[in-house]
Amino acid sequence: MLFRIANLLRRKSFNIESIAVGPTETPGLSRMTFTMLSEYERFNQVLKNIDGLIDVRKVEPLEKRDAAVRELALVKLSPGEPATRPEIMHYIETFRGNIVDVSPSTLTVELSGDPEKIDAFVKLARSFGLSEVARTGAVALSREMSSGESSSQTLTR
Amino acid sequence: MNKMSGAQAVVEVLQKEGVDVVFGIPGGANMPIYDVFHDYQHLEITPREFKGIRHVLARHEQSAAHMADGYARASGKVGVCLATSGPGATNLLTGLATAYMDSSPIVAITAQIPSYLVGSDGFQEADIVGMSTSVTKYAFQPLRVKDLPYMLKSAFYLAKTRRPQPVLVDIPKDVLQAEADLEVPDRVDFPNYRPLPDPDSTTVKTIARTVLAAERPIILAGGGVRMADAYRELQAFAELLVAPVVTSFMGKGVFPENHPLSLGCMGMHGSERTNRLLPECDVLLVIGSRLSDRTTGKIEKFCPNTKVIHIDVDKAEIGKNYKLAVLSLVADAKKALEMLIREVEMGMLGRQREAWTKKIHDVMAVAKSELDTSSHLSGVETVKMLRRLLPPKAIVTTEVGQHQMWCEQHFQVIKPRTFFSSGGLGTMGFGFPAALGAKMAKPEVPVVDIAGDGSFQMTENSLATSVEEGIPVTVIVLNNKMLGMVAQWQRFFYKGRYSSVYLGRNPDFVKLAEAYGAAGVRVSTFPELESAVTKALDSPVTTVIDVPISPEENVLPMLPPGAGIKEMIVG
Repeated sequence: MLFRIANLLRRKSFNIESIAVGPTETPGLSRMTFTMLSEYERFNQVLKNIDGLIDVRKVEPLEKRDAAVRELALVKLSPGEPATRPEIMHYIETFRGNIVDVSPSTLTVELSGDPEKIDAFVKLARSFGLSEVARTGAVALSREMSSGESSSQTLTR
Repeated sequence: MNKMSGAQAVVEVLQKEGVDVVFGIPGGANMPIYDVFHDYQHLEITPREFKGIRHVLARHEQSAAHMADGYARASGKVGVCLATSGPGATNLLTGLATAYMDSSPIVAITAQIPSYLVGSDGFQEADIVGMSTSVTKYAFQPLRVKDLPYMLKSAFYLAKTRRPQPVLVDIPKDVLQAEADLEVPDRVDFPNYRPLPDPDSTTVKTIARTVLAAERPIILAGGGVRMADAYRELQAFAELLVAPVVTSFMGKGVFPENHPLSLGCMGMHGSERTNRLLPECDVLLVIGSRLSDRTTGKIEKFCPNTKVIHIDVDKAEIGKNYKLAVLSLVADAKKALEMLIREVEMGMLGRQREAWTKKIHDVMAVAKSELDTSSHLSGVETVKMLRRLLPPKAIVTTEVGQHQMWCEQHFQVIKPRTFFSSGGLGTMGFGFPAALGAKMAKPEVPVVDIAGDGSFQMTENSLATSVEEGIPVTVIVLNNKMLGMVAQWQRFFYKGRYSSVYLGRNPDFVKLAEAYGAAGVRVSTFPELESAVTKALDSPVTTVIDVPISPEENVLPMLPPGAGIKEMIVG
């Protein structure tokens, strides 16, 4: 069913930035979170198509301001000079990242937060020597207490 | 519960769903199903007398799919086609796409290579589930025989409910052969897919008030009214409201075109008078039409001064093409019309719309085009003559091209479910196999396929099916030795730079028909045409009538692409 949804978005010419899929609080029900860049009107229209799919229980459009949005990234740095290490460590601390792997020539950092924070860290990492980045894509849940880019969630059986 | 094989379970589900005919071709992977069908082969092979499930052997799976589609459109039931794995399945795709675009309910049963070989690029393996994703409502692939009955029954349920669309079931051969205690469930349930609730009564009341207040209302009815079998309701509503009815191409036939309130079709090749009258309308009630680009012309120029109300069974169609509807309702057409009739009844008591009614009448009267048989055979006059020669209950299918548009404009459809054409996908080669499928659904009714010579050559091998299976129809080939519609566009929009549209000598269609054991006749005058058609309608065998026409004949009026309804080319 992931294929059917992704195919629908593809044939309606939507650009998918990321997809995150995983189980939910209900057995047999999974949550798919798509991050897309689109005009509101087109986006709203395609939600109706997704909702019409047999396996989809509910579709929820979410925007950053009324959702808690988080992403996880693993960033492998290959810093050149050993002298830069303390500086790198300082940044990792500031971003509240964890080092999950270390070798004489590389350093792998685990980082979570909203996607903009991860973007910022990756940009910074480039100046030190960036080897690889693996990002999960955003997941989001609506905020109970409320105040471009929008996520849409779909729950499927 | 009974011990049976997957293949037997397939046939059991078909029987429980009331299927009386399937259209298909056997192959390596689907042979187990055909072994079960062997028990039916001793039955009489005419459309009139058969019991149980009749199998009609096609000569190409695309035709099998079109036959199932024609059967579905004529009967309102789910059409079933059967193909083997690999090329058998992929050959179905055009037929599935055709049905998908026109919202026709078919279940396609394909066999697959054994489940333990799937993904290995085995012989005749095709990822039909993947490939059919964009042209089916859903696809099932039972990998365990215990899942098979539920999935196949579900396929029927999904195909025919809400917006009818094709559903595919891809069954690996080992699953067909496996035996187990199997039972066909009585009911299937999809928690995320429920029948539509009744139309929202508040919205219905608002719609009713709006149309009652209108001075110059028009109803635009589409294929959705056919799917809902809501003809009586539509007619009653239109007569109550005294509102003329125009249809989209797919809606042709949902309102009798010989009714004083009928405006015929609208759109790219719709009638000129309809296209001119529409912008005068103050309230347009759209029911069961998705307002495709062919119907509306350039959407930004569509009815700018009109309040548009959009009623459709699929909520994703509302706001998709036409975004300015003042009111919308997601509902089954029949239920919506029933409720509207009740709301409007009281309001219309004693109410007349004299000025509008008179205007409609004047426009309609002036534009009546009489049959003109004074000169050479032409596409337009042939189509008009056919209406005179065929009883109102006769079924007409068309292929795609100029002849199809001449039918849209000049062939008056009077009864519902008697006119089938590939509107959404525009598939050449649809008409002939669809005619065969329709004949299987309605054997007592004459069935005619109006074809162009280009289209007929795409699926003419169904002549074999027609003769061998005893399914007689009449094919009228409007033969201009060209791919006529493309040639017309090259004439109008490419400065007459014809490119690859000349079909050459063409086969001698009379000899071709006879080669298959059918009847063939060439006509050169209108009296000959009349006599050939009259004879063909009574014939126990299919007749192909070759009608040579001029390659210069155009379809007019025509709305150029990107133009608004008022900017038509009239000739």
